[in-house]
Amino acid sequence: MARRPPMHLLRLQGFSIFHQLKLEERLLRTTSQNWCLINEGTSPPAIVMGISGKPEQLLDVKAVIRDGISVIRRFSGGGTVIVDENTVFVTLICGGDSVPIPKLYPRPIMDWTEELYVPAFRSIPGFQLREHDYVFGDRKFGGNAQSITRGRFLHHTSFLWDYQDARMAYLRHPDRAPAYRVNRQHSDFICRLKDHLPSREVFVDSIVHAFDHQFSLEETDLDAIQKTLTDVPHLNSTYVLSTCQLEESLTQKQ
Amino acid sequence: MAQQLLRPWAVRSASAFRQTMAPFFQRFSTATVVDNLRYSKSHEWTRLEGDTAVVGITHHAQEALGDVVFVDLPEVGKAISQGDSFGSVESVKAVSDVYSPVSGEVVEVNSELTESPGLVNKGPFEEGWMMKLKLKDPAEVQSLLTAESYKQYIEEEGH
Repeated sequence: MARRPPMHLLRLQGFSIFHQLKLEERLLRTTSQNWCLINEGTSPPAIVMGISGKPEQLLDVKAVIRDGISVIRRFSGGGTVIVDENTVFVTLICGGDSVPIPKLYPRPIMDWTEELYVPAFRSIPGFQLREHDYVFGDRKFGGNAQSITRGRFLHHTSFLWDYQDARMAYLRHPDRAPAYRVNRQHSDFICRLKDHLPSREVFVDSIVHAFDHQFSLEETDLDAIQKTLTDVPHLNSTYVLSTCQLEESLTQKQ
Repeated sequence: MAQQLLRPWAVRSASAFRQTMAPFFQRFSTATVVDNLRYSKSHEWTRLEGDTAVVGITHHAQEALGDVVFVDLPEVGKAISQGDSFGSVESVKAVSDVYSPVSGEVVEVNSELTESPGLVNKGPFEEGWMMKLKLKDPAEVQSLLTAESYKQYIEEEGH
């Protein structure tokens, strides 16, 4: 049996998504190890946009400001999500020499993750990577984004264990939508993992078990990680948009 | 279940087919490598205009990245060293860093890419240029790959 590369596993519950993203960017850019972060839920709800996201195009900005929802711009690509206590975040941070991907480009990385996740969703018919989303049939249950730098990559997913339709209303229909969405409303396009699996615990355990096929997982905690991180200057691209920035976006052309 | 097992196999087979046929297609493709440029192993190119270096990403890079939807470029006046990341390119779901082949000070960036990031795909060696640097050390250009060496590098690396 081929030797499995080592990977640190950090399991969190209810951790701030903003601080999670800051930590992820730091681990990607300043360490050489492999990491898996699993965070079960975040509170309070927040909107997370990709690096190039424009609030005026992607959000009902007035409602977001009115209801005091934080809007975070993350360092990776991809679309906009609203996350809350029912979102399960799974992040992989890997060195290119630890994975059977010949070249670190977006599509090969995405295809590799599909293979990685197959064991976790073996019990559910119709699991596949469709364009860039994890779906059962034509219903999305997990959205992905990546960041690639210097022979390393990060691939993170927000899984919809459950969601509230009212919160989804903060998101506008994006201009850039996958072809398989076919102009469906959000509620017809996505689905809840809780409708397919017995418990969140079973879901998370199945993910860990699937990853354990390819990596030698070693569980760690935040304190241990903080002790090993050095103060290396690095690009810090994750930030919370201020109310002023959101209000200013309302004056931009949509 | 069978579909789950077959699809990854099909993707790998298609990828292997493309890699096998790449040299064949390259002989018949247009402008995949341009002769009067120098190249880095991270797939950026540079063209000298006096003491200024024009920098962009290669045809190979834009093809591998996919449709470019956003380009993040440095500010004019910034000092950049050879090998430093000078910005990033977003293609659908991924942000990929791009690296400077030479050292210098940024004197101009391609503002057209703000509204039209797809120019990087359409004309990676022409209208898709990214930045211009006032060269700090012209000798660094000699350390870069020639067009012929870059072609060979792509073929040997199985790109």
